[in-house]
Amino acid sequence: MAIPKVCGIETEYGIILRGGDSNPVTASSLLINAYVAHASRQRVAWDFEDESPERDARGPARDGSLAPEIETHLVNAVLTNGARYYVDHAHPEYSTPECADARALVRYDKAGEVILARSIEAASELLPDGQSIGVYKNNSDGKGNSYGCHENYLLDRSLPFARIVKHVLPHFVTRQLYTGSGKVGSEAPGVGIDRVPFQLSQRADFFEEEVGLETTLKRPLVNTRDEPHSDAARYRRLHVICGDANLAEVATYLKVGVTAIVLAMIEDDELAGVDLALASPVLAHRMVSYDLSLTRPLTMADGGTMTALEIQWEHLDRARKYAATRGLAAVGEEVGADVLHRWEAVLTALEVDPPSLSSQLDWVAKHRMIAGYRDRHGLAWNDPKLAALDLQYSDVRPARSLAAKVGLERLTDDAEVAEAVEEPPRDTRAYFRGRCLQRWASSIAAANWDSLVFDLGVDPLRRVPMMEPLRGTAEHVDSLLERCETPGQLVAALGSAPS
Amino acid sequence: MAEREQRRKPSPNRSDEVADGTPATAKQGEKLKADLDDLLDEIDEVLEENAEDFVKSYIQKGGQ
Repeated sequence: MAIPKVCGIETEYGIILRGGDSNPVTASSLLINAYVAHASRQRVAWDFEDESPERDARGPARDGSLAPEIETHLVNAVLTNGARYYVDHAHPEYSTPECADARALVRYDKAGEVILARSIEAASELLPDGQSIGVYKNNSDGKGNSYGCHENYLLDRSLPFARIVKHVLPHFVTRQLYTGSGKVGSEAPGVGIDRVPFQLSQRADFFEEEVGLETTLKRPLVNTRDEPHSDAARYRRLHVICGDANLAEVATYLKVGVTAIVLAMIEDDELAGVDLALASPVLAHRMVSYDLSLTRPLTMADGGTMTALEIQWEHLDRARKYAATRGLAAVGEEVGADVLHRWEAVLTALEVDPPSLSSQLDWVAKHRMIAGYRDRHGLAWNDPKLAALDLQYSDVRPARSLAAKVGLERLTDDAEVAEAVEEPPRDTRAYFRGRCLQRWASSIAAANWDSLVFDLGVDPLRRVPMMEPLRGTAEHVDSLLERCETPGQLVAALGSAPS
Repeated sequence: MAEREQRRKPSPNRSDEVADGTPATAKQGEKLKADLDDLLDEIDEVLEENAEDFVKSYIQKGGQ
C-alpha cells in the first residue's frame, strides 16, 4: 500500500524595498527579523547538519551538477506552528510545517501569507520615513527572473525513480490547467506579447529540462534532489519545483490533492498499463500554458495526440478506479474523496465554460480581471497597467491585494488561518517541534525538519531525532509533554543521545 | 490507435451533467457583467498610481 502522502509547500516571495536602496537580502532579513521580534518569540537557529541538497535521487554526484548553496549566515527562524521562515536566494521564504493532507496544507499555506503581511507591518515600524517593503506571492518579475513555489511529498524509498518520472511528467505538464496562476505575456526568449498575450502559468517559461538536480538554472520538470529529511532507508521526498504559487485556495487544494493521489497511484503501480508519455514534455509544458483555448493537441510519444484535458480525464478515471479498489487512505479518505469530486467538477467546467471557474482558479480569475480592465480602457496587451494588475494580484497586503477582491472561494476561514499562524498541525511531527518551541524556545539550540537540539545549560547539547514524519503527533506526545515541566525532563524521558 | 480515440471521448453522462448545469441565459450574462463592472470600479480605487514605475522597478534576483 502507498504510504501516507505527508506534504508541504515552500514559497519564495518576491520582495522590493521602495523609497531606498533595494538590497533584497537586507530587505528580506529585516522583514523576517521584524516579524520574529514582533511575535516576541525567541528565534531558534536552523541546524544544517542534515541538509544535503546536492544529493541526487539518480545516484552518486553527477558532473556539472550545482554545488549546494547553504547560506548559514542568513536569517533563519523556526516558528511555533512548525514552519521555517528564512532568507533564501535573496527572497523571504516560508516553508509550511509537514501536513498530513491537502486540506491542512491549504491552511498552513494561507498562514504563510498572513505571516508575510504581518512581517510587512512589523518592518514598517523600523524603516525610515518614505520607505516601504512590498511582498508578492508570485513567481516572476516579468523580466525573466523567476523564483519558486515548491511542493514536497513523502514517498516510499523502494519506489523506482524511473517509474515516478514516467508517470508524473504527463501530470505535471497538464495540471497547469488548474494550478496555473496566470501571467501577462511571456518571458521565454523570442516569444512576443502578440503571440502570447496571456498564459496559464507563471513558471512555464522557465523550464528547460525533463529531469535534473538544478533548481535555479536549466530548471527540470522533475527535480531529482534526494534529501528526505527523514529515514533515508524508508523514505524519499519528492521535491516538485514546476508549480506556481497560488492565491486561490481551490487551486492549492487541487495542486496538492491531485498530485498526492497521482503519486499514491504510482506507488501502488496503479498506472502500470497507462502510457501517457508525451513526445516532448518540456515543449508540451509551454504549449499547455500558452493555449487559452485548452484544446490544442499534444504530440504523444507513440505518435498520437491528446489534449491536456484528455490526459487529466484519463488520470481522473484511473483515480476513481483506484479509490474504489484500493481506497484513498494514503491521502486521507475524506479529503481524497472531496479532491476527486472537485477535480472532476473543475475538468468539466474547463471543458465547457472556463470563465465559470473565476472564483476557483487563479489564472481564470486573473484573466477575467485583466481582460475586463483592458476592454474597459481600450488598452493594448503590452500596456504597463495590465502588468501592474498582474503584479498587484499577488500583493500579500490584504488592503492592496487584487486576489482578495476578485471573489475567490474560501476553503478555510480567517479564524483557522490565524490559529495556523501560531499552532502546529496535530497529526505530524511538526506538532512536537511546534509545541517544544512554544514552551521551551530558550532551551532549543537548533531545529531542523528531522531533529531538535536542546541546550540544557550543561554539556553536551542533546539531539532529539525526528526521523519519522508521522511520529511526534499530538496523539503520541501530548501526555508526555504534559508530564514534563522542564526540557530536561523531556530529554530524559526521551533518552536522547548527546549531540 | 483505437484505444486512444475511445479514451478521448468524454463519457456520455459527463456531457449530460454539463448540459444541465449551464443554462447560459441572458440574465446570467448580465449579472456576470455587472459583477465584473463592480470589480473593475473597485480596482480603480486601489491600483498602484504610477503603473509604469511600479512595474519597471519590480526587479527580482532569480531564485529557485
